[in-house]
Amino acid sequence: MGMKSWWSWKLQEMKASKHSYVLLAPYMLLFLMFTVIPVVISIILSFTYFNMLEFPRFIGWQNYTRLFLEDDVFLIAIKNTLLFAIITGPISYIACFVFAWIINELTPKWRAFMTLIFYAPSISGNVYFIWLMIFSGDRYGIANGLLIKWGFLLEPIQWLKTEAYIMPILILVQLWLSLGTGFLAFIAGLQTVDRTLYEAGAVDGIKNRWQELWYITLPSMRPQLMFGAVIQLTTSFAVADVSIALAGFPSVNYAAETVVTHLIDFGTTRFEMGYASAIATVLFMIMVGTNLLVQKLLRRVGE
Amino acid sequence: MAAIATGKKRVNRSLSGSLSLFALLLVFGAFMVLPLIYAINNAFKPLDEIFTFPPTLFVKNPTFSNFSDLLNLLSDSWVPFSRYIFNTVFITGIGIVGHVLLASAAAYPLAKHKFPGKVFMFQVVVLSLMFTPAVTAIPNYMIMSWLGWIDTYWAVIIPAFAYSLGLYLMKQFMEQIPDALLEAAKIDGASEYRIFWSIVMPNVKPAWLTLIILLFQMLWGSDGNGYIYSEQLKTLHYAAGQIIQGGISRAGAGAAVALILMSVPITLFIFSQSRIIETMASSGMKD
Repeated sequence: MGMKSWWSWKLQEMKASKHSYVLLAPYMLLFLMFTVIPVVISIILSFTYFNMLEFPRFIGWQNYTRLFLEDDVFLIAIKNTLLFAIITGPISYIACFVFAWIINELTPKWRAFMTLIFYAPSISGNVYFIWLMIFSGDRYGIANGLLIKWGFLLEPIQWLKTEAYIMPILILVQLWLSLGTGFLAFIAGLQTVDRTLYEAGAVDGIKNRWQELWYITLPSMRPQLMFGAVIQLTTSFAVADVSIALAGFPSVNYAAETVVTHLIDFGTTRFEMGYASAIATVLFMIMVGTNLLVQKLLRRVGE
Repeated sequence: MAAIATGKKRVNRSLSGSLSLFALLLVFGAFMVLPLIYAINNAFKPLDEIFTFPPTLFVKNPTFSNFSDLLNLLSDSWVPFSRYIFNTVFITGIGIVGHVLLASAAAYPLAKHKFPGKVFMFQVVVLSLMFTPAVTAIPNYMIMSWLGWIDTYWAVIIPAFAYSLGLYLMKQFMEQIPDALLEAAKIDGASEYRIFWSIVMPNVKPAWLTLIILLFQMLWGSDGNGYIYSEQLKTLHYAAGQIIQGGISRAGAGAAVALILMSVPITLFIFSQSRIIETMASSGMKD
């Protein structure tokens, strides 16, 4: 009895579930190969010196000490990434919810139309290079053109080549792009909230839409709120494409460097794979850690 | 009491509150849509209008010359434009079909069966929603090169099969299928595979659409960056990037290509919007 019978029972159960495993196998095999194993390899490589030519050499915590103590650009990258996460994360999350919530009060036709308007930027196939035209450095760019026309500027500003303007512009563009899957999930979630709860709430003395929101809508949507949080947080930590497309790579004085662009720099330009893996591991820890923390906080909504 | 019941959600609403919320919606809606309107108009502007001061949002003398410029430009390049289109359509098409099939097959047992390791497997997939693929880019490159997939379409297509968001949504959606339906089929002697193929799959058709849109978005915008080097295997998005980098002389063609790139996914979404939202609504996401 005990251990042995538990195992034989499990084994029997597994044999009986043969078909489940067969159905799962193709997906799980690929998932293992392109997600799980890479994470493990990345963590292992982060403790080595590896240049793709020689076999990786174990060097302990050296990559990490170099990263945090000697790499000034990494500190800029961390600072920028946190700035992105702290600003675009919560704002885009709240925006996703607020706009979904207002849109939900419209008639079905208007609802569909406004959903399209808010969702279009994120779905339109990475056309954020439109912003290159808007913030183009000559006076034909919309931003320069209008500011000159209205008399705020005398000559065009090199928006994306001036350190002070780069981050605010990237944050703006990132926010523009950020009403994506999370937004759709909120739109969908709002439609599932049980209507009778609102009627019951009105009887129980809920006076306005804000009370309705806090006591009925938000608690009913907890699963979507969690899902949205994961999506928004993960994207706000992963900013890279927009930075590279708009500010260039590397950007002026690394003003737009993020953890991911730093990772790309060491991984694909300098071929310091061990070091790049350490960057990836740090990013992985930050992302998963924050996500779990935020989920914990969200469990308290409406309590 | 009757008024409350028939008034649906309209109780507890102040007019001023509604007006200010809708004003908010309009202001931010404009912020979202103006850059897109600018891009659409730019595609039809003659070159002198693109470079006019002060810049204008709307086109005055619309022309198709940017599109013909684009065609001329591309017919001069040694990889024909149709090749880029083919590459993107191929990658997107195969990627979507493979993902829908594999993710559905995996979602079915996760949603409806009980077996050892189920909870663990699903939790690992959920965990992977929490980080960006950039984290695994380097080992992925190594794995691709071991497999000999560097500089082939497969380096972009196959990992898309195992995209975790699709499996997550599909599993949540499948949980809504009544167990009685599956039991009945089992009693009639259908095998698990038959149940999956003839009962579960037709029942989750709306969820396919959501997966299709998600994956379309991802693959349509991919430029094969880092995996594909041969010019004749590159995607539309890569070609577009090259044209847009071209500067002033190509500004018109660049605007045209931007319009082409964005109009396809937006059109697709317009036609599938209500079904997608329905799917996400009924997929009853749980903690």
